Amino acid sequence: MNPQSASSEVTGGVNQSSTKVRIEKLSFFYGTHQVLKSVSMDIPALQVTALIGPSGCGKTTLLRCLNRMHDLYPGNRYEGSVHVQPDGMDILGPGMDPIQVRMRFGMVFQKPNPFPKSIYENVAYGLRLQGMNKRRDLDERVEKALREAAIWDEVKSRLHQMAHNLSGGQQQRLCIARAIATDPDVVLFDEPTSALDPIATSKIEELIVELKKRVTVLIVTHNLQQAGRISDMTAFMYLGELVEFGSTNQLFTNPSKPQTEDYISGRFG
Amino acid sequence: MSTTRPFSRRLNHAVEGLMVWVLRFGGWASVLVSLGIVVTLVTESWPFFAQVPFHRLISDTMWTPLFADPQYGMSALLAGTLVTTGVALLVAIPLGTVLAIYLSEFAPASLREVVKPMLELLSAVPTVVYGYFALLTLTPLLQKIYPDLPQFSMLSAGLIMGIMIVPYVTSLGEDSMRSVPMLLREGAFALGDGKLGVALRVVFPGAFSGLAAAYVLAISRAVGETMIVAIAAGLQPRMTINPLESAATVTAFIVQVSLGDLPHGSIGYQSIFAAGAVLFLMTLGFNLAGHVLRRRFHRAS
Amino acid sequence: MSCAGGFIVLPEHFFQRQKKQAHQRRAIDRWFQRIGLLLTLMTLGILGILLLNLVGNGLMRIDWQFLTSFPSRRAGEAGVLSAWVGTLLLMMVTAGVAIPFGVAAGIYLEEYAPKNKWTDFVEINIANLAGVPSILYGLMALGLFVYQFRFGQSILSGGLALACLVLPIVIVATRESLRTIPANIREAAFALGATRWQAVWHHLLPYSTGGIATGVILAMSRAIGESAPLITIGALTFIAFLPPTPVLSHPPFLSFEWLFSPFTALPIQMFNWVSRPGEDFQPNAAAAGLILMLITLSMNGAAILLRKRAQRNIKW
Ligand SMILES: Nc1ncnc2c1ncn2[C@@H]1O[C@H](COP(=O)(O)OP(=O)(O)OP(=O)(O)O)[C@@H](O)[C@H]1O
Ligand SMILES: [Mg+2]
Repeated sequence: MNPQSASSEVTGGVNQSSTKVRIEKLSFFYGTHQVLKSVSMDIPALQVTALIGPSGCGKTTLLRCLNRMHDLYPGNRYEGSVHVQPDGMDILGPGMDPIQVRMRFGMVFQKPNPFPKSIYENVAYGLRLQGMNKRRDLDERVEKALREAAIWDEVKSRLHQMAHNLSGGQQQRLCIARAIATDPDVVLFDEPTSALDPIATSKIEELIVELKKRVTVLIVTHNLQQAGRISDMTAFMYLGELVEFGSTNQLFTNPSKPQTEDYISGRFG
Repeated sequence: MSTTRPFSRRLNHAVEGLMVWVLRFGGWASVLVSLGIVVTLVTESWPFFAQVPFHRLISDTMWTPLFADPQYGMSALLAGTLVTTGVALLVAIPLGTVLAIYLSEFAPASLREVVKPMLELLSAVPTVVYGYFALLTLTPLLQKIYPDLPQFSMLSAGLIMGIMIVPYVTSLGEDSMRSVPMLLREGAFALGDGKLGVALRVVFPGAFSGLAAAYVLAISRAVGETMIVAIAAGLQPRMTINPLESAATVTAFIVQVSLGDLPHGSIGYQSIFAAGAVLFLMTLGFNLAGHVLRRRFHRAS
Repeated sequence: MSCAGGFIVLPEHFFQRQKKQAHQRRAIDRWFQRIGLLLTLMTLGILGILLLNLVGNGLMRIDWQFLTSFPSRRAGEAGVLSAWVGTLLLMMVTAGVAIPFGVAAGIYLEEYAPKNKWTDFVEINIANLAGVPSILYGLMALGLFVYQFRFGQSILSGGLALACLVLPIVIVATRESLRTIPANIREAAFALGATRWQAVWHHLLPYSTGGIATGVILAMSRAIGESAPLITIGALTFIAFLPPTPVLSHPPFLSFEWLFSPFTALPIQMFNWVSRPGEDFQPNAAAAGLILMLITLSMNGAAILLRKRAQRNIKW
């Protein structure tokens, strides 16, 4: 039994108070172009937090700060701090290696991006990176991840076939399996269903709700209904600033800022 | 506009019809060239293959078709081609691949912009100059390390041939690696892999058919390369797989015979077409395989 | 945080291990970065060494006498007159044949050819031709042009062999530069009532001249450096005369006798000097090699610049 899921069952109700990721005064620059302006928010552990806002407001940028993806390209700059519990590591801290950060954060992209490898090898990729080499351990963890991603039954008979032969929705679930296989602290989703049909979308939504038993989820979505369906907390961003952050229920029914209200009632964006 | 002027319209029509034929004829030219090569090789080598018993091509151990007591061991020629090609590939494939990975995944764009045209220049050097380099620069250098190395050696020719092929492998390989979508790389980086890991585990398999095409075409080039081996590997056919010795390749044999007096229809004349036919079949196989792989790559990406 | 087999690792250890793994990967990347740079510089360095070598051994040999003398048994008196004249005349034949045929074929395949099995075959054929060893073009020329068509071991035979050799280069370059022209330019021309040929002649060709010119330069540079096909058709290496002049001082003013003259060319002359035993002729070989390198490298450099400029200028 996984100790984390055990603890979540025990402490389920109290989780709201415990913070998983604390973002403080985070600013981000593409070269000289500032895209995030001093964003601060506490992302609660074992909950689904949705990021909404009009196109170009910086949702993707914020998400990609958390696993330091911006370090892949030259000229990008962060300011502020992002601490991750339980050890309080500052992922933007001096000398912090982005590779180490990325091993603790899973990421699922807008378009499914399975590697040109077998289904099995796709899921085993992160495990191997974390030093797991024994076939038995790998088998066990690959199966576990595929089950959690609700795709095991569809692929168990063809684990060693190329992942490209799967449908789009299956590929995306495979990518989720790949992201959760290593037991990351947080999984980041960037519009994971925008390239999928409604049935595949609802499968993924169920999956995300299921996932929060075990991991903290941060999801960018353009679909307000989706945010309402699956998230516990919602953050509304506008022009690189965090305008409002609160429980999904409250933010959708009784927003405290006029911009939020305009946005969720469809007056702009 | 032209509908109001029937004459010019008819003229246009005639020009159009004429040009279609002119252009179509141009398109045929390439087919005619291929046909010319195949037909010439077949008809001119026919007498040779007709008069030499097939088993002697295989069982003889020497290739001396021009001697009074001729020997027809094709394998003596193929050995030379095999060894020089092998040495060349041992240089070109690893070096070409490492450079491709470096340029596509590691080097800053500014460096890549400088290096790629320079590599292009390297592949534009006439092969006779490479031959000069192999014989008069590399061989003396190698002789300092290994004094028994003869003046003509397959090692020296093969090494230089490898250098000649590197830009080819690199540029084809780099192109195919760069066309692997960034999204795939990001997926692997997001799991915490390093650059080299992403290059080897994700980009390499993603670009595999493109890289395989580069390798196969490199083999074809090495097999068909002529001047470097004719100058630096020696012109005597010899049954050996030791790269430290000298031996003629299929191509060097053709050069050696062509340098002498070559009456039409003589056995020497027929023998170079026989060697050419064998060479054609070998390279045809590699070229077609390379073409198929490249096409598959373009369709996949 | 759990691990396989029910073995529970404390978070601190786990994060410590991740830190070490990250460190290792970073170190590997740094090493590869260095090795890659080193190998790149080494490979390019070979080009430099090659040039320096030729300059060191051959530069002193290049003078007026070298350029205006026929080959000779005495190394010091030998020159490349017949070789460069031969190369020049060969290129006239090669360009005269390869450019029109190659461009026509490129236009046909890109703009006219229906998508069918035959076109597919032609394309595979061109891809294969581009990989056929150059010496086989020489064998074809020997059997076909020299003996079948009775052109003899002449400039015509040699030029035709080289034209066949570079034909695929011109075809591919023409097709690629036509392909970069967006479809709406064609549609605009057709909408104005142009026939297909008018669209090609007035619109597509003018826009693609840069790309075609690049391909033609590369093709010619390749042809200049080729020696194997010329050796095969029996180009002589000892030519102490010039072919008849193409321009006469009396009617009909033009003569094509030179087409049927025996010849030598720069790469062949160099090959001849390289393969002489002894060191006497080595400076001559280096000098001829230097001239060849200067010609081919500057042509390739020009092609690269031309392509860069074309890419920069054209923004659809
Ligand atoms: N690589 C980049 N270089 C420079 N500017 C960028 C880059 N990527 C994004 N931007 C800019 O940063 C701002 C935020 O972009 P981001 O992708 O984070 O928006 P988003 O909220 O995810 O939008 P969407 O909903 O359309 O995905 C935009 O103005 C965008 O133009
Ligand atoms: Mg986005």
